[in-house]
Amino acid sequence: MVGFVIVSHSAKLAEGVADLARMMAKTVPIAPAGGLEDGSFGTSFEKISNAIDQVYSDDGVILLMDMGSAVMTAEMVIESMEGRKLVMADCPIAEGAVTGTVGAEAGMSLEEILEDLEQVGAQKKL
Amino acid sequence: MNTEKLIAVIHKIAAKIEEEKAFLTELDNVIGDGDHGINLARGFGEVEKKLDAMADKEPGDVLKTVGMTLVSTVGGASGPLYGTGFMKLGAALKGKADVTVPDFLAGLQLAIEGIMQRGRSTKGEKTMLDAMIPAKEAMEAKWNESQDAKAAFAAGVAAAWEGVEYTKTIAATKGRASYLGERSIGHQDPGATSFTMVLEIVANEV
Repeated sequence: MVGFVIVSHSAKLAEGVADLARMMAKTVPIAPAGGLEDGSFGTSFEKISNAIDQVYSDDGVILLMDMGSAVMTAEMVIESMEGRKLVMADCPIAEGAVTGTVGAEAGMSLEEILEDLEQVGAQKKL
Repeated sequence: MNTEKLIAVIHKIAAKIEEEKAFLTELDNVIGDGDHGINLARGFGEVEKKLDAMADKEPGDVLKTVGMTLVSTVGGASGPLYGTGFMKLGAALKGKADVTVPDFLAGLQLAIEGIMQRGRSTKGEKTMLDAMIPAKEAMEAKWNESQDAKAAFAAGVAAAWEGVEYTKTIAATKGRASYLGERSIGHQDPGATSFTMVLEIVANEV
């Protein structure tokens, strides 16, 4: 099953998004990577790397990021793990996490989920 | 510049960042998330711990280690951006025991390109690039005209400070300040400021 890593500046936000996704997709491997080692705001190369290791399988891992350094640090972690199936999704983090994990649990491939996630940002709520 | 000198310069950069930590953070408080000085100081603090063990490495390897350390310890956007910059500069200087001005300029160009790619940014977006790009161009022009390293670096620093001033006049379209849009006008960019401080330290040592 495709795994997920939630990269945020905030540990609470990352954990909350992971919790939210687990409500609907109970068996999906999803790991939060929020904040710095000391609990302060920021994005940690090491936390992201460890989160990927935690949920990785040959089916691959999709990373969902909030903004700025979350995107850039996730990208550098991916570059440092050459040869693994790792991709970043360009979508809102909470809605993307729910859409993606539900898809993964239904057995969709990484490529199929990624296609779905591309539409998430375009969906209007009102 | 050889490894011994380079390590001394990096120590001075770390000291300068530590000294300006509060000022850089204050700049970032106004238009960003208020962590620039703190983050960079944490990163360079970690860099300093690694320098003693690098005395027998070539300058390019020292710079690569500086970059990788910044990426893994800074925690904000300046980590991947400065980290990419130092890593690209280091890679460009591979195999050189003594770095000349043209070597440095060629490396700086690659660092700029790396930072543009990493940040998906370009000149005029109120970022460090608004100091870096004019600094590199001014240094190159002065070097080609005079072959004088001191004069070239002085021209680079002057152009970088002009770039910092320029960032006050434009709205941010990249980075956290872009959320403020037009309201970011009137404030100088923290990344452009810290880059200029770093370049100034290097210029003093050339």
